[in-house]
Amino acid sequence: MYNDKVIDHFSNPRNAGEMPDADAVGESGSFKCGDTMKIFLKINGGKIADIKFQTFGCGAAIASSSILTEMVMGKSLEEAVRITNRDVADELGGLPPLKLHCSNLAADALHDAIQKYRAAQRKDKGKALAP
Amino acid sequence: MESRQVYMDHGATTPLREEALEAMMPYLQDKYGNPSSIHSAGREARKAVDEAREKVARALGAEPAEIFFTGGGTESNNIAIRGAARLKKGRGHLITSAIEHHAVLDVCKDLEQDGFKVTVLPVDSHGLVELRALEQALGPETFLISIMTANNEVGTVEPIGEIGALARERGILVHTDAVQAVGQLPVDVKKLNVDFLTLSAHKFNGPKGIGALYVRKGIAVSPVFRGGGQERKLRPGTENVAGIVGLARALELAVAELPQKTDHLTQLRDRLIAGLLRIDDVTLNGHPTLRLPGNVNVSFNYIEGESLLLSLDLQGVAASSGSACTSGSLDPSHVLMAMGLDHQHAHGSLRLSLGRGNTVEDVDYVLSVIPPIVQRLRKMSALYPQ
Ligand SMILES: Cc1ncc(COP(=O)(O)O)c(C=O)c1O
Ligand code: FES
Repeated sequence: MYNDKVIDHFSNPRNAGEMPDADAVGESGSFKCGDTMKIFLKINGGKIADIKFQTFGCGAAIASSSILTEMVMGKSLEEAVRITNRDVADELGGLPPLKLHCSNLAADALHDAIQKYRAAQRKDKGKALAP
Repeated sequence: MESRQVYMDHGATTPLREEALEAMMPYLQDKYGNPSSIHSAGREARKAVDEAREKVARALGAEPAEIFFTGGGTESNNIAIRGAARLKKGRGHLITSAIEHHAVLDVCKDLEQDGFKVTVLPVDSHGLVELRALEQALGPETFLISIMTANNEVGTVEPIGEIGALARERGILVHTDAVQAVGQLPVDVKKLNVDFLTLSAHKFNGPKGIGALYVRKGIAVSPVFRGGGQERKLRPGTENVAGIVGLARALELAVAELPQKTDHLTQLRDRLIAGLLRIDDVTLNGHPTLRLPGNVNVSFNYIEGESLLLSLDLQGVAASSGSACTSGSLDPSHVLMAMGLDHQHAHGSLRLSLGRGNTVEDVDYVLSVIPPIVQRLRKMSALYPQ
C-alpha cells in the first residue's frame, strides 16, 4: 500500500518529538478519521531554524509530518507557507487516495504554526509602539 | 530475541491445511465432472458433494438435507436473512445486534429500506447482547432474530442457545453467523436452537470462497439467486466441487481436534493478554471469559492502530486493528463503538487472532516486540502526556 519512501519516513521519522522552547506551535486535526498533529517551530531572522512534530495518526500521517519537516527546515516563512499538502504527498512519491487527507494534517499544522507566530509578532510590535 | 514471521490474523483468514488441499487436488484436475451430469465423471463429482454434505452435517449435529453449500459466509448470511424476509413480502419485524458483521448488518439495513421494521440491539461494554433487551424488542410481527455466535473483532461469545430457546417458544426464526465460532468452539445446531447457521471454510483452514448454510428441516426460504436446480435451488450455479470437498475435510478435522486446539489456543491467548496488560495504559476489549479461544483485542491509549500494524509488520508480525485509519471508510470499528469505547481507544485497538500454527515462541516474540513499538509511537504522539 505504501511505497518505500513512506515506509522509510515512517520507520525513521525525522525531527519527531517535542520542543519545549518553541516560538510557535501549530495544531491540526482530521475531521475524517479523528487524528491530530502538532508542529513546533523555532524561528530565527524570519527563517525556520528548527522544527519538530508530534502525530497521533496513521503511517501516512507520520511520514507526511516527517518529510514536511525536512522540506521546510532552513526555509523562510514566506517559502514555508506556500507548501501545500499536494507538495508533501508528491515529495513522498505519492500516497494512496484514501490517505491524501493525512498529508493535509501536516501542511495545516505548519500553516497554523506560522499564522500564530505572525499574530504574536504583530501583537509584540503593537506593544512596543504603545506609549 | 531472534526475529521471526508470526501470523496472528486468523480472524481475517487462515492458511489452507495440507489435508484439505490433498482432498481437493483430484477435483481440481482429473475429477472435473459436473455433479449435474449423467455420465460417470458427473456421478463421481456428485458422490464427492454428497459425502461432503454428510460430513458437514455430522460436524454440526444436523442432517445432510439441512446443509446447503454457498460461496462463503457473506453469501450464507444473505441467503438466510433475505430468503426468510422475502416470504414476508416486505412486512414484519426483525432483530439483530449492533456488533454483527456487515454481511448481516447491512442486509438488515437494506431490508429496512424495503419496508421491514428492524431493531438493532445494543451490547454491553463486553460486547454481550442483553437478553432482557432482546425480550423487550420482541413483538407480534417479529419473524427473525439474527445474532452472531461469536464476534470477529473482540471474540465475545453470545448466548445463542438461550436466544434460540426463547425464540423457538414464540415461533420466531433464529439465524446465527457462526463464521468465527466454527472450528474454535463446539457448534451443535440442536443445542443452539437455531433455524439457520452460517459458516465459512477459510476461517478453519479450509479454502476461501466456499461456505455453508444450515437450514432446519421444514423451514422455508425463498431463493435470492435464480438459476439451475443446484443446492435444491437455494444456491443455484455449478457446484465448487473442490471447495466443497476441502471445506468438509477441514471441518471434519477441526471438529476432531477441537478439544486440544481449544486448550492450546486458550493457553496462548491468556499468556498474550497477561503480557500485554503489563504495558501501561492498555485495556482489554471484549469479555474476560466468554471469549473465543483465539481472540485477543486490546487498546493502547495515545497511539493509532495503523501505525501500530505497520510497525508490527516491519517486525514480521501480521495483525489487525479497529482504527478508523485502517477501515477504508475512515470510521472506527462499529463493534468497538457499540461497546462504548471512545474514538481514541477504538483508534488504538489491536486484534491478535491466534490459530493452529501459533506457538508459545510466537506469543513471546510478539510480547517482546510490542513494548518498544508502543513506546516509540507514544513518544511521537501528539496526545501522549510527555
Ligand atoms: C463474523 C463474520 N461473518 C461473515 C464473514 C464473511 O465471510 P466470507 O469472507 O466467507 O464471506 C466474516 C469474515 O470476515 C466474519 O468474520
Ligand atoms: S491519519 Fe487517519 S487515516 Fe491517516
